[in-house]
Amino acid sequence: MLQFNHVTFQYEEEDFNIIDDLSFQVDQGDFISIIGISGCGKSTIFRLINKLLPMKSGEILINQEKIENLSGFAGYMPQKDLLFPWRTIEKNLCLPMEMMKVPKKEQRERAEKILEDVGLLDYKDKYPKDLSGGMRQRISFARTLLTNAELMLLDEPFSALDALTRISMQEWLLSQWKKYNKTILFITHDVEEAIFLSNKIYLVPETPIHRLEVVEVPMEYPRKREFLKRPEINEMKETLVERLRKQQSM
Amino acid sequence: MKKKSWKKKLPAWIFLLLLVLLWQLAAVRMNAAYILPTPMQILEKIWELRVPLFTEHLPATMNITLIGLGISLVLGVLLAILMDASEILEEALYPIVVVTQTIPTMAIAPLFVVWFGYGIWGKVLVTILITFFPITITVFDGFKSVKREMVELMVTYGASQKDIFLKLKIPTALPYFFSAVKMAVPLSIIGAAIGEWLGAQSGLGYFSRRMMTQLDGAGVFAPVVLLSVTAMVLVGVVVLLEKVFVRWRGEL
Repeated sequence: MLQFNHVTFQYEEEDFNIIDDLSFQVDQGDFISIIGISGCGKSTIFRLINKLLPMKSGEILINQEKIENLSGFAGYMPQKDLLFPWRTIEKNLCLPMEMMKVPKKEQRERAEKILEDVGLLDYKDKYPKDLSGGMRQRISFARTLLTNAELMLLDEPFSALDALTRISMQEWLLSQWKKYNKTILFITHDVEEAIFLSNKIYLVPETPIHRLEVVEVPMEYPRKREFLKRPEINEMKETLVERLRKQQSM
Repeated sequence: MKKKSWKKKLPAWIFLLLLVLLWQLAAVRMNAAYILPTPMQILEKIWELRVPLFTEHLPATMNITLIGLGISLVLGVLLAILMDASEILEEALYPIVVVTQTIPTMAIAPLFVVWFGYGIWGKVLVTILITFFPITITVFDGFKSVKREMVELMVTYGASQKDIFLKLKIPTALPYFFSAVKMAVPLSIIGAAIGEWLGAQSGLGYFSRRMMTQLDGAGVFAPVVLLSVTAMVLVGVVVLLEKVFVRWRGEL
């Protein structure tokens, strides 16, 4: 589905390649969490996929095609919801479709359908300020779905939420992933969140990023919170946390 | 909600009333209406001169104000758009825009009369010179306050520059635009009055000056009061428009 082949990237103001000859791949239908310490360059990976940054060398492929020739292949959900305060919820959802020149009537139908799916149809004509943090993230996710991209890039979407809302949002996200059959790349620095959500974890072992370490999560779907209490899962969590901490102290 | 805002304004009203009272007492005591007329005398004067004031001089001043304000708005917004669109233009224009503000308009305004004669254009130019600056700078700030993340989000949706301008930059800058207009309205009235003061055959500024030569204190104040009331009314209209168009102020 998504493939990095020897991708190298350097920020202009830095004197080294933050991403150096990186190759990895993501399969159709995967839910992959990328974990790493702050500033390790995991967001840079997203920005490269989004074509917000130009790579120095290498190639990124989506279904064997170079991203340079593609558009609208990845739906990006940022950390902050970034809903436009001057637009109603419905109009916010229409934003990506407006860019893709979807007919107005279809925009409205699809927005309404998705609002029903995320359980916020009553808020159609409300403004973002009328919604709680969790609701806003659900709208932001719905907006990402409406880009119609198979690949979804979620950049720490729940990090600003309180612990309880966060847990229910994680469960909600899994159900949405299942329902829409998407491929998800999920950035987080919360190890437990990564384990609970994903089938594979890609750990950033060092900066500059030469490789991603793949860790399979041995849990079946649908996931339940009590799975996290299993001894092997607990041990996995401890190991991952330990590794990240070691990096941080370096 | 309404009750509360009314209560909040109460101290200001009481203070204003006290000041006016004090003025009235002081002026009565001084008993020299040609220097310091009482507020009552000013009101009486407005009433007495209502026909020329409201049918001739107020429309003349409003004419200059609105033309000057209109041109300033177009010019200010246009400059802001240009400076936002291109860094070279920003570097070229911004310093010049700032320099125009160091010109003591009052001092060179008589020249405008020489250049443009006693018609309205010299006065309109004075108005523009002191009005367009805050509009340019404030609207430009508005464009600059657009969040980079939002621009990037739109780019990931495949937005064009035009989409970003129309759907992100304009709405973001709209509250700034209204702030600019609120500042610009009183300035443009002041500009028009200054212009008339320097040379005109009608208008409130001209009228005030003529009364000065006749040592008619109340006659000097009457058009001034009228000018500031007009400014308040116009700003009030802008505030109402803002409430209709901008409901999200402070949420970005």
